[in-house]
Amino acid sequence: MTHTGRRSIVSLALALTLPLTAAGCGGDAERGTLTVLAAASLTEPFTELAERFEEQHPDVEVRLAFDSSATLAQQVVEGAPADVLATADGATMLTAAEALDADPLAFATNHLVLAVPRGPGPVEGVADLADPDVSWVACVPTAPCGRVAATLLEQGLIAGEPVSLEVDVKAVLARVVDGEADAGLVYASDVVTAGDSVRALPLPGAADERTVPSVLALPGAPGSAQDFVDLLLSREGQDVLRAAGFGPI
Amino acid sequence: MPTAVRAPSPGRPPLVLLVPALVAATLLVLPLVALLLDTPWRGLLGQLTEPAVRQALWLSALTSLATVAGCLVLGTPLAWLLARVEFRGRALLRAVVTVPLVLPPVVAGVALLTAFGRAGLVGEPLREAFGVTVPYTTLAVVLAHTFVSMPFYVLAVEGAMRTAGGRYDDVAATLGADRWTTFRRVTLPLALPGVVSGAVLAWARSLGEFGATITFAGNYPGTTQTMPSLIYSTLQGDPELARTLSIVLLAVSVVVIGALRGRWLVGAGR
Repeated sequence: MTHTGRRSIVSLALALTLPLTAAGCGGDAERGTLTVLAAASLTEPFTELAERFEEQHPDVEVRLAFDSSATLAQQVVEGAPADVLATADGATMLTAAEALDADPLAFATNHLVLAVPRGPGPVEGVADLADPDVSWVACVPTAPCGRVAATLLEQGLIAGEPVSLEVDVKAVLARVVDGEADAGLVYASDVVTAGDSVRALPLPGAADERTVPSVLALPGAPGSAQDFVDLLLSREGQDVLRAAGFGPI
Repeated sequence: MPTAVRAPSPGRPPLVLLVPALVAATLLVLPLVALLLDTPWRGLLGQLTEPAVRQALWLSALTSLATVAGCLVLGTPLAWLLARVEFRGRALLRAVVTVPLVLPPVVAGVALLTAFGRAGLVGEPLREAFGVTVPYTTLAVVLAHTFVSMPFYVLAVEGAMRTAGGRYDDVAATLGADRWTTFRRVTLPLALPGVVSGAVLAWARSLGEFGATITFAGNYPGTTQTMPSLIYSTLQGDPELARTLSIVLLAVSVVVIGALRGRWLVGAGR
């Protein structure tokens, strides 16, 4: 009963927004929009790829939204208006793909590192995390970055306890960049895109717990959604991902 | 014999008012009804005794009560200052005190980090001198909650002191009472309804505080993860549990409104 209720609320919301979209498409340009929901860790390469996509498809405007993969997958399952979903790992994607009965594609790999501020600091290696005077942060276990961190903690590859669990990986990175934490568990790609403010220390065991960012053109999305996925998997897209610190599949 | 004089009937409510009114009421009620319908009541008790939930409940209770204590001890004198003492810049001070009331909580969190963070204006000297860091501690949670809750308390108490008027204070003064005695024996007892409703408002605001807390204090079970932070974290992985936890806070809100209604009406009627 509650489910039919929810569906009718969604259709009501759609009915309310449809005329707006139609009005927005008026005029001679007829520019379509492509809504891409992407994991926080994909912020930089996806921003770059969206720009390239718009150059190649002048009739399409790409709208990007970045958040924790788990949040985005949840939103997609609940029927959020989106065309492409890109998550930081395969497990999170599966929850959405199963609910939508669709087949996602892996497009890169990533792994966790220990990000510390550039310059000397209290953390010079993973062993320093056990020091109670050291403040370090990780992601919440529901986010892909947090799931890996929890696994490494469970396996005893990291000793100590984080002082805070942030909702997504960019929030972890921000704590380190702002100097509010001595170290943070983030993706290798995050350190590359963060530029000069932070550096990466190796994390033992992280290579065995690689994450596989995955993408899905959502059922019912316009053809441009598949075009975007194609760009991501193309040589050009892969070059952008490599430059942003992501590994090949 | 004519029947009692009746007031002229105002007529049927016009649709142009009735329809938006019903839409507004539906908008406010529907999400809460959906929450109630979707809650798995059977597992409720089991979920509430899970360690993470117990910790968050305990932390929320602790920090919200500490916030109220902070408001009582610090906010009451501030309310008195604003209500009873003439000084230059009083209007400005009142305006500044009100700002956190309308400030987006996440902005409050960023501001608190800028002040008390490890690299903050106060936080950095504090850390260098005493080795004390505020963020990631339960104290940071209380600090964030007090920042956002204090204005509710101060405005309620100041309003109560103003409506009670300064005449009794003047009488007490002519009878030889000094200002501290007057405050204790006259001003504060007269403003007590305001103190109570202000404390309840501050408590409710503290209990629901999320944005400033997660930004400034962080999110870790047992030290800084309050109920709203837990709900937000849980929503990513277990929406059902998030809904159950939301029910708890909803129940508290309903109780608060029930408790406040009497107080609020008494306060407004004076």
